[in-house]
Amino acid sequence: MTLDDTLIAPFTHFAFLRRALVACIVLSVSGAPLGFFMNQRRMALVSDAMSHAILPGVAVAFLVAGAGVLSLTIGGLIAGVVMALAAVALSRYAHLREDAVFTLLFLLSLTSGIVLLSLKGSNLDLLRLLFGDVLAMDDASLIFMTGVAVVTLHTLALIYRGLILDGFDPDFLRASGRGRGTRLLFFAVFMINLVAAFQALGTLMALGLMLLPSLAAGFWTRRVNVALPLGILIAVGSSIAGLLISFHANTPAGPTVVLVCGSMCLASALVGPEGSARIGLRRGGA
Amino acid sequence: MDGEPLITLREVSVTYGSRVRALQSVSGVFRAGSLTAVAGPNGSGKSTLLKVLAGVLRPTSGTMTFAGGVRPVMAYLPQLAHLQRDFPLSVEDVVLTGFYPELGERRGVQNRHRVRARKALRAVGLEGRADRPIADLSGGEFQRMLFARVMAQDAPVILLDEPFTAVDAVTTSRLIQLLLAWHREGRTVICVLHDLLLIKKYFPESMVLQGKCLGSGHTHRLFEQKLLSFDLDMAELRSPEDVRADHPPSAKHRHDS
Ligand SMILES: Nc1ncnc2c1ncn2[C@@H]1O[C@H](COP(=O)(O)OP(=O)(O)OP(=O)(O)O)[C@@H](O)[C@H]1O
Ligand SMILES: [Mg+2]
Repeated sequence: MTLDDTLIAPFTHFAFLRRALVACIVLSVSGAPLGFFMNQRRMALVSDAMSHAILPGVAVAFLVAGAGVLSLTIGGLIAGVVMALAAVALSRYAHLREDAVFTLLFLLSLTSGIVLLSLKGSNLDLLRLLFGDVLAMDDASLIFMTGVAVVTLHTLALIYRGLILDGFDPDFLRASGRGRGTRLLFFAVFMINLVAAFQALGTLMALGLMLLPSLAAGFWTRRVNVALPLGILIAVGSSIAGLLISFHANTPAGPTVVLVCGSMCLASALVGPEGSARIGLRRGGA
Repeated sequence: MDGEPLITLREVSVTYGSRVRALQSVSGVFRAGSLTAVAGPNGSGKSTLLKVLAGVLRPTSGTMTFAGGVRPVMAYLPQLAHLQRDFPLSVEDVVLTGFYPELGERRGVQNRHRVRARKALRAVGLEGRADRPIADLSGGEFQRMLFARVMAQDAPVILLDEPFTAVDAVTTSRLIQLLLAWHREGRTVICVLHDLLLIKKYFPESMVLQGKCLGSGHTHRLFEQKLLSFDLDMAELRSPEDVRADHPPSAKHRHDS
C-alpha cells in the first residue's frame, strides 16, 4: 500500500468521505475559536449542558417534521434558548448552585429527548441524534454549516477585543461603555454552532471539535493570537486523521475523529511546554 | 485645592438579585481633584460603590450626577479577585486594553498608543516584562501592570479597587507615589483600601461604608469620630448612633446578646 493509497485515495474515491472531511473542516474553523473562549470562561460544563439542551427540541422537530435541516435547526435553537432561560432563572432565583443547575438541566434534556423520540422513532433515529452521522452529510447540511462558519468568523472579528476583555476583565469591559452586545452575540453564535455540529456529531459529541482542540492548544502557547489558529489547526488535523483511521480500521467516523481530538488533548496535557503534567512534575520534584 | 463637586450620589442603593442589599441609600460628593479612600469591612459594598461610579452597575434606586451633566472619562482598576489572572495575554496586551474605551473594535492600535504603554510600563518598573505572559507575574507585578494600564488611559478620574492587596511594602510605597502624582496633576482619585495607616497618612478624605454610608469627609475628622479607628477591628464597625453613645463597643454588644 502506498502513501497515496493510505492518505489520499480514500478521499478521492469516496464522495461520502470527502463530504465528511468538508463538514469536519468547516466545523473546526468555526467551532474551535468559540471553544477557546468557552474554556477561558471556565464554561466547559455550561457548554455541555447547552449541547444537550438541543436534544428535546430536535426530537420534537423530528417527530413533527422529519429529519430536514431547517426543522432540526429551528427545534434545536428553540430548545437551547429555553434551556438558557431556565438556567438563568434557576441559578438566580432558586437556591441551587450553578454546577447543580447545569447537571439537572443536562440530564433533563438528555432523558426527555430520548423519551420523546421513543414515542415514535426507531432505535436508528435515536442513535443518529445521539451520535450524528458524519458520513451522511447532504448538500443542505453542508451549506448550512458553511453559512454558520461564515457568520461565526465575521461575528468573532466584530467583537474580538470585547470578547477577550470579557474573559480577562469583564468589569473593565462594562466600564468602557462599549461592547454591550458582546456576550449575547457570542452565545448566539455558540448556539448555532452547536446545532450545526450536532448534525455531524450528534448531541453527545457536538462539543468534541469545539472544546478539545483549544484545550490542547492551551498547553502549547500562552498567547491568544497563537492559541486561536493553533486550536483550528489541531481540530483540522484531528479531523483528517480521524476520518482516515476510521476508514482503514473500519471504526465509526464521528467518534474516531473526536477520539483523536481527545488524544491530542491528553497528549498535550502530558507533555506540552505550558502547564502540562511534565512541567508540573518537574516543578514538584525540583 | 479641591474644586467643585464632580460626582454626586443621592440615596444610591444597589440590590443583587432579590435579597442582597449591597448598598443602602448612600449619598455623598466627590469633588474635582480630591483624593478619597473608601473603607469598610469585607462585604460592606466598597466594590459595589466603585462599580456604580465606573458605570459597571446601575443603581437599583437613587441617582448619580456629574458636574456639567457629562460623565467624565474614568480609568478603573477592578479588584484582583475579579480578574482572570491566567488569561493568555502578554503584559503589553493588557496595558493596551486600556485603549479599548477609546478605540473600540475597529480602530487600530497606533504607535503613539504603544509609546504610551511602554512609558507606563517603565513608570511601574515592568519595562523588561512587556512580552511576558501575565500568568507568570507575581501578585505585586500584576498590580503594577494594572497601574500601568491606568496610567496609559490618562483619565481625569481614577477608580482603584484594593490596588495594594498582595503588594509588598516597597512596591506599595512606589505605587502610592504614582497615586500622589495623579492627585498633584489634579485628577480625582477614589481608592478602596483596608490599610488604615495608609489612609491616615496619604488620603485627605475618606468614606466609610457598611452597606450604608457611615460617614464621609476629612479623614482626620473620621478618625476623631472613631468611624475610622486603629482600636477596633474594621469588621466590628458600628452604626454612628452606637459610636455617639460612647460605650465600649464590644462590651455593649456582649450585653445585648
Ligand atoms: N454579583 C453579585 N451577586 C450577588 N451578590 C453580590 C455580588 N457582588 C457582591 N455581592 C454581595 O454584595 C455585598 C457587597 O459586596 P462588595 O463586593 O461590594 O463588598 P466589598 O466591600 O467590596 O467586600 P471586599 O472587602 O470583600 O472586597 C456582599 O454581601 C456580596 O456578597
Ligand atoms: Mg471588594
